[in-house]
Amino acid sequence: MLELDRISLSYAADGGRRTVLRELDLHLERGQIACLLGASGCGKTSVLRAIAGFEPLDSGTIRLDGRLLSGTGFRVEPEQRRVGMMFQDYALFPHLDVAANVGFGLRRLDASERRRRVRDLLDLVGLTGQETRRPHELSGGQQQRVALARALAPEPDLLLLDEPFSNLDVDARERLAFELRDLLKAADRTALLVTHNQAEAFAVADRIGILKAGRLAQWDTPYGMHHHPATPEIAAFIHREALMSRRAQACLRGAPSVAA
Amino acid sequence: MTSSRLQSWPWHAGTALAALGVLAPILALVGQAGQGSGAHWGHLLQFVLPDVLAQTLGLLAGVGLLAAALGVGAAWLVTAYDFPGRKALSWALLLPLAVPTYIVAYAYLDILHPIGPLQEAIRALLGYSSPREFRLPDPRSLPGAIVLLAFVLYPYVYLTTRSLFASQAAHLMEAARLLGYGPWGAFRRVALPLARPAIAVGLCLVLLETLNDIGASEFLGVQTLTVAIYTTWITRSDLAGAAQIALVALALVTALITIERYSRRRLRYTGNRRAAPIRPQRLSGLAGWLATLLGLTPIVIGFVAPATYLLALTLERLGAGQGPSSALLRAAGQTLGVSALATVIALGLGLAIAWSRRILPRARAWQLALSRLTTLGYAVPGTVLAIGLLFPLMAIEHGLAALRAATGLDPAGLVLLGTPAALALAYVIRFLTIPVGTLEAGLDRIPPSMDQAARLLGENVHGMLRRVHLPLLRPALAASALLVFVDAMKELPATLLLRPLNFDTLATWLYAEAARGTYEEGAIAALGIVAAGLLPVILLARLMDRPAS
Repeated sequence: MLELDRISLSYAADGGRRTVLRELDLHLERGQIACLLGASGCGKTSVLRAIAGFEPLDSGTIRLDGRLLSGTGFRVEPEQRRVGMMFQDYALFPHLDVAANVGFGLRRLDASERRRRVRDLLDLVGLTGQETRRPHELSGGQQQRVALARALAPEPDLLLLDEPFSNLDVDARERLAFELRDLLKAADRTALLVTHNQAEAFAVADRIGILKAGRLAQWDTPYGMHHHPATPEIAAFIHREALMSRRAQACLRGAPSVAA
Repeated sequence: MTSSRLQSWPWHAGTALAALGVLAPILALVGQAGQGSGAHWGHLLQFVLPDVLAQTLGLLAGVGLLAAALGVGAAWLVTAYDFPGRKALSWALLLPLAVPTYIVAYAYLDILHPIGPLQEAIRALLGYSSPREFRLPDPRSLPGAIVLLAFVLYPYVYLTTRSLFASQAAHLMEAARLLGYGPWGAFRRVALPLARPAIAVGLCLVLLETLNDIGASEFLGVQTLTVAIYTTWITRSDLAGAAQIALVALALVTALITIERYSRRRLRYTGNRRAAPIRPQRLSGLAGWLATLLGLTPIVIGFVAPATYLLALTLERLGAGQGPSSALLRAAGQTLGVSALATVIALGLGLAIAWSRRILPRARAWQLALSRLTTLGYAVPGTVLAIGLLFPLMAIEHGLAALRAATGLDPAGLVLLGTPAALALAYVIRFLTIPVGTLEAGLDRIPPSMDQAARLLGENVHGMLRRVHLPLLRPALAASALLVFVDAMKELPATLLLRPLNFDTLATWLYAEAARGTYEEGAIAALGIVAAGLLPVILLARLMDRPAS
């Protein structure tokens, strides 16, 4: 399981330091999918970067299955953490084809074993037979699935997903959110994703965390979050988003609207 | 502490080494000139500097004005007007870049000689029989040098200005027209002021090249600072005096760059990327052909005439049944060898500098300054750099000799000084800015998420470079290798001062023949250099019309 204990994080900015995470606590059980939800600038992506090992902590500890990954003045290198990540822009290597992208993290396997594993993963994400295509020849949804297969390939103990649906059109988002949940459950992965879109969070997550000003304001199941928001602010946040998305849907259907 | 810091220190060490290499000759010059005898300065100030400075400043002013007029004029012509051959002209106007200043001077001295082909032809046409009855003014003069240098250096201004004109919003010009200005008024009141930063950048390069030039000034009898440094050291063996003149040249360079920066201050125009480019005005009939002729003139003077002449001389010589002499072939081989060595070192250091910036995303101010320092060498004239390099190189040789004496090993002679290695070192310092700039730009196009993805998939800093960044940088590596290689091949001033005995490059071969006044195989050497110089021009022409992504 993933344990974040009182982690604090700050960046150098304009001569001083800007604190982005303040003594944040977060515990995620093995095999569960959690989603961090919050407005932009609330520190969501910083949490992922700290877990991945790209940011040193000011204080606190990060453990994965009991193994210490980050502490004060201590940091395991990203490549030694057994953490996978799917990036917002997918970060597919443009000079490599689909198979080489998925097999990138499998250099310890021999060639035939690597080929078999790449084929299995492409089967899993529904891209059988696309091995020799280049990233720029794929649609956004296909690129997303290659990125997912690549992140899953080395069998990480934890998978991080940064705004996994933001580059897709609205229609594809909801369908792919359910698909992603099925894939992660089928692969039996622990996963933490961040998004600013609560519909995605409710579609995918076993646990939802609301992040506000560098702290976890509430950590609950989707059901609990919806029915027992911890503060009036959270209630407003959730219901405002629901309201907005309903209005947006009305717009899409061509109904007369003030937003036109 | 962490292993990534252990992995990255070789890259940072490479950056520090490069910065030290660039700084050492400059600091040595300052130190040396400072401790030189005061009597020297008195002599210099009284007898040498006034004349030399007057000639240098005269040359800089003349070349600057003429090159700016030619460059801006040509850029405006191909941007604002449409006429027959406009597309071809817009890249052909870069061709004179392939002709180094010393080659254009070498070629025109012969073309314009009183009994050379041009004057013979004019006399035949006019019915004169002897040079005593009719001759053109001698190009061996300050005005002659100004004209010849300007016609090969204007492409720097053309290149920077044209790309600015091309990205210029048409609606700014249209607005000026609607506010009551004619085409000329709109050009003068809107386009020209907007282009000022670009003109300043190009002009600064022109002036640095003028200051760097040694062959053309000397062949044409202009006593510039560069020529004075060379003769003080080579003819009079006065190293302290040469160092003092070099320091004056360095001060002039510093002043130039300061003026350029100052003239560009606050001049940051945010161009609207989606703005339509200026739609060229169609010139039909006679006006169109006149425009074509106008655009062709600088190309003919700066490239076609000298290149054709060199080609004719080469063919004549080779047609006579004699192949190139073995000495010339050896010089060609040495040119390629030392240029290749410099290219490999410059690319390695350039990669270290660019890569250490990449893996140190939150660099401290002094680390940034260090990597910026490494790109200063391009501004230092070749002769100044060579004189400055002599001091640290001598110190290293002394140190090595003392080491050998102390350890009782037999003396192995000079290791760096007077070897091709010193030459390669000078080229690396002068041209390091090319790979650093090109590779940094190449890395900037690779999003940081690529680095993070590679790390999380199990690669360390080295593996990430090998498997992700190097393959993606291949075009940038190829381009900077080509540019460094060709620039090293063409380099004359530093080569003249640092080359080993009996070691010739194509450039020094040509220089020696021109200095002796013999015109034998110099044309073959010159043609080789011009041919090599065409490669970067083709590269530039291809990049010029590619929209910035």
